Amino acid sequence: MMNFFSRKRRSAENAKERLQLVLIHDRTNLTPAELEALKDDLIATISRHVSIDPEAVQIGVEADGRTQRLIADIPLKNITRRARMRT
Amino acid sequence: MTAKVVTITSGKGGVGKTTAVANLAVALAADGAKVVCIDGDIGLRNLDVVMGLENRIVYDIVDIIEGRCRLRQAMIRDKRLPELYLIPAAQTRDKTAVSPSDMIRVCKELRQEVDWVLIDSPAGIERGFKNSIAAADSVLVITNPEVSAVRDADRVIGILEAEGKGSPQLILNRLNPAMVKKHDMLSAEDVLDLLAIKLIGVVPEDSGVIVGTNRGNPVALDPKSRAGQAFRNIARRMKGEEVPFLDLEAGDGLWSKLFGRKS
Repeated sequence: MMNFFSRKRRSAENAKERLQLVLIHDRTNLTPAELEALKDDLIATISRHVSIDPEAVQIGVEADGRTQRLIADIPLKNITRRARMRT
Repeated sequence: MTAKVVTITSGKGGVGKTTAVANLAVALAADGAKVVCIDGDIGLRNLDVVMGLENRIVYDIVDIIEGRCRLRQAMIRDKRLPELYLIPAAQTRDKTAVSPSDMIRVCKELRQEVDWVLIDSPAGIERGFKNSIAAADSVLVITNPEVSAVRDADRVIGILEAEGKGSPQLILNRLNPAMVKKHDMLSAEDVLDLLAIKLIGVVPEDSGVIVGTNRGNPVALDPKSRAGQAFRNIARRMKGEEVPFLDLEAGDGLWSKLFGRKS
């Protein structure tokens, strides 16, 4: 059940979440559009070697102290099972 | 003597750089140290009024650099503490009148004379800021618990690290504990999470700071002021003393954060 009185989030939480995103962009100089382009390149390169589902690929930048980390989650397609299903 | 040169900077204007310099200088000098503060904001001189010394200015830092006076002549002695001095900024010039190497030269001379040189950096990340950090042995970044101030502090921290100045320490100024409690203000813990540098002190919001500035009396001289106590604690931490963070300075969970983090 939604509580009418707690529905509005406190503003400090808002501030922190907004700052987390802004600081990552400020520190890396990487815009969301550039990150999308990087993701497309990554998918194209990896697809030349293994079979992946482009829709399932997730990429993002996370802060670890003052270091930024590029995190990519790329699930591989299970070839053997698909091959068996085709026969 | 070999002075330690410490620059206070912030990126954003109006977060309390000048107030912090005046109060830390007063706190260090009241404790027996010989202290010189330098107003690094050429053209927008302010440290003199905050310290209550505006009527004593004859020479300024540009006069030293351009050879119109000796270093000693531009050092204005404080009216309360005999071991505290101010080198004012020039008011009718701009920041191009000073270069980073000028600042290094002035500070090199001061190092022989005093225990501490505190430099009040102008806002921004341009020439005046570069001048102010050129001679610094260490840098204190000051911010408020507000999105714009924290964002600018992060930029400045990044620049300081890129310039090889090492990781600065953080002063969180004007924290309102009641608002933090209602989750309507970023807590000290939040700001430390975001900026990921070491904390040197939290200064609570205190109307006494404005009253003190009105009179040219930094609150660090007032034993009853909470902000004054916070600045005195920061001054002691600058000297390497272990001073526990007051409860009013911090938010919930700050203790574990401070002692869980070794950086």
